[in-house]
Parts: sequence; C-alpha cells; structure tokens
Amino acid sequence: MERIPILKMGPYLLVTIQVDMHDRVAMTLQDELTERIVAERARGVLLDISSVDVVDSFIGRMIGNIASMSRVLDAETVVVGMRPAVAITLVELGLALPSIKTALNVDAGMALLKSAGKMSGNGRLTR
Amino acid sequence: MAVLRDELIALRSTDDIIKARQLVRDCAVLQGLSLVDQTKLVTAASELARNTLVHGGGGEMCLQAVHEGTRRGVQVTFTDQGPGIADVELAMTDGYTTRGGLGLGLSGSKRLVNDFAIESKPGKGTKVTIVRWK
Repeated sequence: MERIPILKMGPYLLVTIQVDMHDRVAMTLQDELTERIVAERARGVLLDISSVDVVDSFIGRMIGNIASMSRVLDAETVVVGMRPAVAITLVELGLALPSIKTALNVDAGMALLKSAGKMSGNGRLTR
Repeated sequence: MAVLRDELIALRSTDDIIKARQLVRDCAVLQGLSLVDQTKLVTAASELARNTLVHGGGGEMCLQAVHEGTRRGVQVTFTDQGPGIADVELAMTDGYTTRGGLGLGLSGSKRLVNDFAIESKPGKGTKVTIVRWK
C-alpha cells in the first residue's frame, strides 16, 4: 500500500501529500503522524498539499482531524501550498476550514510555526 | 442535449472513487473546462461517488461529454439501488448527515455545478445528475 512519508525538520514534521488520497492511506497517515509527533516531540506539523488537485469533504475532514489530533498532542499544524482552484472549490463546497492555519508555501509555513512557538498564553501571537 | 461520449463505471469500493475522479477530470479537460471548473466538477463527482458507495451500497457512474448548441459540458450521473432518501429536501440541507460526516455532500456538490437533479424513492434507490458547462 502507498504510504505518505513523514520527514523531520528540526522540531517540526513535514508531510507532503503526493498521492491521490485513498481512505486507507489517510487513516495510516493519521496513525503514523500521531506516533511520530510523540516519538520526536514535534512542536509542529507542516502539511504540504501543493500536489493535491482535489480536496473533497472526506480529505478536508482528514486535514481537520490531523490538525485537531496534533493540537491535542501539543503540536501546531499549518497546511501549506493549497492550489487556488482547490481553495475556491473548498469554500463553495462549504468547507472553509476556519480553525486551520494555512500558509502559501513551506517557507511561510515554517515561519508561522516558529512564531507560534513564541505565542503568549491567550493563544495570540506576541509581536 | 447531444451526447458525444459515454462511459459507465461501477462504484463498488473507495478505489473506484479515485478512478471516477480521474475519468471525470480527463473528460472535463477534453471538453475544455477551465481549471477551476474542472476542480469544482471533480470535487462534486467525488462527493456524489462517495454517497453512492456509502449510502447507496454501491452503484454506477455514467460520464458523458455533452453539447447543446455551441455549449460544451460534462454530465455525470450516479445511480444506486440502495435504500433511497425519504426526505430529499432535508437531505439537501447543509450539515444534515446520517452517517456522522460533515453533511456537505449533496448540498455542497449542488453549489459546485451548473445543473443538479436528484430523484430518489425509498426502497428503490437514488439517481443524481450533474452538469458543468464550459
């Protein structure tokens, strides 16, 4: 079965989705990612979806689940690289992913995770 | 409305949903739909294919390249012989779900296409037809 690689980058984990998201692939990713967050004491997860050309409600829910599970394990998730056509479609579908942090690319996502590390107790970014 | 090309695939497993997405994408490209329109149509098809599988217990998808005058488009029909939908209006409401999903499948896919038709009879099954025009 296809698996999605999870790469360690300092205190963060980078997940690049390059396969068509199959249900079992999504479930395996959730299991492996949560294991790795704990094993590596990761502070954040970068979820790169720049190769993904369709996000339906199933994949959208999977992204939301990954963000929620990571948060419970004290790691922030930033979704990076969403294609414009995917963004338009997601919003029209009714899935605006309001609780998910996004960035345009991996660099910007990494910067966001680093600044989130300096967050104050009320969850707002300190400037 | 004239049909240029006609393809039928079975929806029996989640692998078939991925296959369905690829076929719809290919047809949308051939019909000259823009990237955004392709993405909307493929996403709607993915939602409806999953409905056919999860709620209808499997079924089939018919993919057609269509034209009407100078308009070109893609029509996709999803048919199942499942339990059907007792209250179609309720099922079309955003957030309504019977299986713990997000409840966006039907209502969301309707927003993503130009034409949307649903026929359902309890005990007989459900047929959903969508069209995205260029």
